[in-house]
Amino acid sequence: MSEPTRESGAPLLRIERLSLALPEGADRLYAVDNVSYDLKAGEILCVVGESGSGKSMTANALMGLLPTGVHVAKGRALFDGQDVLAMDELSHRALRGRRIGMIFQEPMTALNPLMRVGEQIAEVFEAHGLLTPRARRERALALLEEVRLPDPTSALRAYPFELSGGQRQRVMIAMALALEPELLIADEPTTALDVTTQAQILHLVKDLQARRGMAVMFITHDFGVVAEIADRVCVMREGKIVEMGEAREVLDHPRHDYTRALIDAIPADVVAAVGRPADTVAAVGRPAGVVAAVERPGDAIPPPRDGTDSTPLLSVSGLDKVYRSSGGWFQPKREVVALDGIGFSLGKGETLGIVGESGSGKSTLGRCIVGLNRPDSGEIRLDGVDLSALEGRALRAHRRRIQMVFQDPYASLNPRIRVGMAIAQGPIANGVPKAEALAQARTLLATVGLDGGAAERYPHEFSGGQRQRIGIARALALNPELIVADEAVSALDVSIQAQVLKLLDDLKQKLDLSLLFITHDLRVAAQICDRLIVMQKGRIVEHGSAREIFTSPQHPYTRELLEAIPGRREAPATATAGVL
Amino acid sequence: MNFFKRFAQNRGALVGLVILGLVVLLALLAPFLYPDSPWRMVQRPFLAPGEVSGFWLGTDVMGRDVAAGLAHGAWVSLLIGLISTVVALAIGVPLGALAGYFGGKIDDALMRFTEFFQTIPNFALAIVLVAIMEPSTFSIVLAIAIVSWPPVARLVRGEFLSIKHREYVEAARLVGQTHRDIIIKQILPNTLSPVIVLASLMVATAILLESSLSFLGLGDPDTMSWGYMIGAARTVMRQAWWLSVIPGVAILLTVLALNLVGEGLDDALNPQLARAR
Amino acid sequence: MAYVSLILGRVGKAVIVLLAILVFNFFLIHAAPGDPAAVMAGEAGATDQQFLDDLRERFGLDQPLPVQLWRYMSGVLQLDFGYSYRQQMPVLDLILDRLPATLLLTGAAFCISLLFGIIAGTLAAMRAKRPSGSIIMGLALLFYATPLYWVAMMAVLVFSVTLDWLPAYGYSTVGADYTGLAHVGDVAVHLMLPALTLGLFFMAVYTRMTRTSMLSVSQQDFVKTARAKGLAPGVIQRRHILRNALLPIITLAGLQAGQMVGGAVLTETVFAWPGIGRLMYEALMQRDYNLLLGIFFFCALLVILFNMLTDVIYRLADPRIKQGAT
Repeated sequence: MSEPTRESGAPLLRIERLSLALPEGADRLYAVDNVSYDLKAGEILCVVGESGSGKSMTANALMGLLPTGVHVAKGRALFDGQDVLAMDELSHRALRGRRIGMIFQEPMTALNPLMRVGEQIAEVFEAHGLLTPRARRERALALLEEVRLPDPTSALRAYPFELSGGQRQRVMIAMALALEPELLIADEPTTALDVTTQAQILHLVKDLQARRGMAVMFITHDFGVVAEIADRVCVMREGKIVEMGEAREVLDHPRHDYTRALIDAIPADVVAAVGRPADTVAAVGRPAGVVAAVERPGDAIPPPRDGTDSTPLLSVSGLDKVYRSSGGWFQPKREVVALDGIGFSLGKGETLGIVGESGSGKSTLGRCIVGLNRPDSGEIRLDGVDLSALEGRALRAHRRRIQMVFQDPYASLNPRIRVGMAIAQGPIANGVPKAEALAQARTLLATVGLDGGAAERYPHEFSGGQRQRIGIARALALNPELIVADEAVSALDVSIQAQVLKLLDDLKQKLDLSLLFITHDLRVAAQICDRLIVMQKGRIVEHGSAREIFTSPQHPYTRELLEAIPGRREAPATATAGVL
Repeated sequence: MNFFKRFAQNRGALVGLVILGLVVLLALLAPFLYPDSPWRMVQRPFLAPGEVSGFWLGTDVMGRDVAAGLAHGAWVSLLIGLISTVVALAIGVPLGALAGYFGGKIDDALMRFTEFFQTIPNFALAIVLVAIMEPSTFSIVLAIAIVSWPPVARLVRGEFLSIKHREYVEAARLVGQTHRDIIIKQILPNTLSPVIVLASLMVATAILLESSLSFLGLGDPDTMSWGYMIGAARTVMRQAWWLSVIPGVAILLTVLALNLVGEGLDDALNPQLARAR
Repeated sequence: MAYVSLILGRVGKAVIVLLAILVFNFFLIHAAPGDPAAVMAGEAGATDQQFLDDLRERFGLDQPLPVQLWRYMSGVLQLDFGYSYRQQMPVLDLILDRLPATLLLTGAAFCISLLFGIIAGTLAAMRAKRPSGSIIMGLALLFYATPLYWVAMMAVLVFSVTLDWLPAYGYSTVGADYTGLAHVGDVAVHLMLPALTLGLFFMAVYTRMTRTSMLSVSQQDFVKTARAKGLAPGVIQRRHILRNALLPIITLAGLQAGQMVGGAVLTETVFAWPGIGRLMYEALMQRDYNLLLGIFFFCALLVILFNMLTDVIYRLADPRIKQGAT
């Protein structure tokens, strides 16, 4: 197959006034509305947008992967001079995999669970009738080596379930690159990965791109990722391009308000961001002497902890939890250590962040504290009372003092219960008359910034951010002293994240709450936490004030986590260099 | 889009609803259209349909009116189908709910029990139960219920297993709702759609089971049923084909209608799944 | 080692189920109205005092319940299923005599229904939006809703009575005494209608299941990956979608095996097929409950064997289970 020659300077891919129509009854007419952009050979273009912006749709159209109901309304997509959208199936198929490769968001589901990794890579050659079976295997092995998969020989014979998420994403990349395509489309390829893995994959993509000189269309919601790899950026919102330009230019001088909001929502410099949302609130009325609570940028030395003037609200010691799966009659048991000798304390009015990647045990810790899980051993004392020793009614009486805000705004509200009732249920279960509880629910809705009429509506009528506010109102209904927020903003778009974080922080001040904030995202933790605990494999590897941890991390794992934050290296050098 | 609109979009479901309506009407009108017992001999045997006016579906081996049998049989089929399904739900829903919600040893025990009933070939079990308890409407309903509850229990358990870890259920635990309230108010209402769909299909299966039992001579000897009519016509198939064809078509249409309605309900109650199809 | 313990586990479970069925049988007899011996013997037995006494002796009906249960269970475990008064033969001999015919019928019906069901379901899924797909599904729904015994009767009416293509009943031509290949051919011709009519309902079940399963698999991410590779649609259907879609069907097939043994009672009755289903009908007619319970036990045994077979197949098909992952 001879490659048509391209005049130098002409873009590899040119999208011309493309509009993709959504099916009838959708919330807008077009998924992508009159969009035009170019992608030159050897260039990395980041298409950025929040969920529903239509950022992936153009790529899907290019690959013939549009969801049912969505169709091309007008416009062209010229790949190397040919309109991909007007091609017949056969010539389009010859293009896919061969000249355009694609990788997807979910590495856990993007590979066929019943086929060995090697077969799935070899299939790419087979699809285009290339090489002998033997040569295909050899190429597959070479590709796995190239994407730096540990032990590529055995990986070749492995089934996808035997690989980790990051490893599967490497396999996906190997597959997409097998035929040395001129264009690689990467649709949020790192969103489902842990931050350290994300950094490795980004590095790999950039490295391969440079070595092979291919063009990359990188679709993401994260400006941190943009700062890390993009040559040029295209910002999308509700199907339209709001801003496009050189990455450096857009990052440093965003012209559009929306772009600015997105960039601001993700602080490129975590140190400068420490405690930021709280700065907008007057830090008054805090109990004096509370451990580390008054720390803000500028307070160089945290006040010494003596613990004599106030007992901590929550103190945890020696917490262990092992998950055992009983394998049936004869099968071996599996054990996963989720918590291993965890101990810390949390003062009144303090926000403590617990940071870790998936599998670190951070969520288990939160669940043990609120009482959804039972630790194997150890103490959880709330105002001196050991909760882990309580049972039944006594436990229920104490439960109301610790409430939780959950991760998934869609799963955290019962679809069949009106919002007002969802909030009032707690007080009702604790003996408050129904009418009174419902009235109180309306007040709470106002507190979290929703109007009282919301009480009569069902959860599906609200957006993700609004639901999260409802979840917060529900947690407040029982006048708790401690709120555990488990990844409470992780499922939200970045612009919404900032609002919810601010709300949490405001409420904390106003209601004199303590907050245990569990997150995988150091950038989020930086914005709200006074102190941080870093967890890895069920253990606390480091704890200290937020500032200490960001400026002078002691443990290598913490350093690795900080290093992995996308876009960090792009941060103004002064802030970090001054301290390190 | 609301429930009725989505249901009405499925043309098959509407057809099913109409057929089902006609069968129900026939069953309700049976005592008025044919006030006499369907067992009474009214004419000479083996009249072909339309041969003698007033007996538009003919007469059977014993000179009984086939149309009267059909009408009274409709009543029996629907009644047994409905009641046995209700009984099966009454066994399956609580067992599945408890197993799914509490998990652990309770789940193990209840599921072993369910598996046991699922492993036994269910038609053979129904035969044995009815035969030994003596055929009667009661024993037939009981037997059908006993063989059809395991899928309900498994379905409800599965739903409970997935819903009990949803965050809204955990939130309900945290605010101190009792297990009873959580099961009844939080989880159960969210399992209803699939249970309703399953129930509509179970009525269909129950009607088939009842007719099969009657066919083998295990029907209630006091009530006329479609299965019995086919069974009685088996030996005279060569002489009088209509005696087996007519009640067979009646069963087929009723069961078909229930299945169509079930599919319509599925589309209407689980819109996101319907779109995926 | 893992395999050995796995098989041990399965066998242990099967033994427990079979024991539970025995206990169930035992209590069923006692729950029935009237003297257990009279129940066991049925109407006819009641006239024969000696047979009744025989039963009383065998089950120790004058003893307390646990002793009776013990006697009953230990009897069965020594393969003593009692004596059929009506047929004048031990129950076990009767059943073993009829078992091969039933295995042949259900085996044939199982293969036919699975093969054609999967093919029809695959076609229906690939043509989900075309009329041909709708026609397949309409037919599947029709067969799904038709009473098994009625289909059998209609088949006799059409293919035997009217067209005279195939024999209407029996296992082989009476009095022909074919040998060798001729015998095989004769049995095959007799098997045709029973196996097809028994398989029809299950074919409908597998068709619907295959289609649903394929459509849901085709929504999954790895199918998108396969398309992004530039694979031909046929390869994607076969290698990626169908292979994954078959897993739930294997499970279902195991569960349906039980239904098939039950369905054989009806088919064998209509076609006078000399299997244990027909035997069950005879036992019903003669109220020979001792025989009935024996057959019931064997039906359950068959189902358990079927389930174990599909379990093994599933393990071969899904690498995730084979290697002990969840």
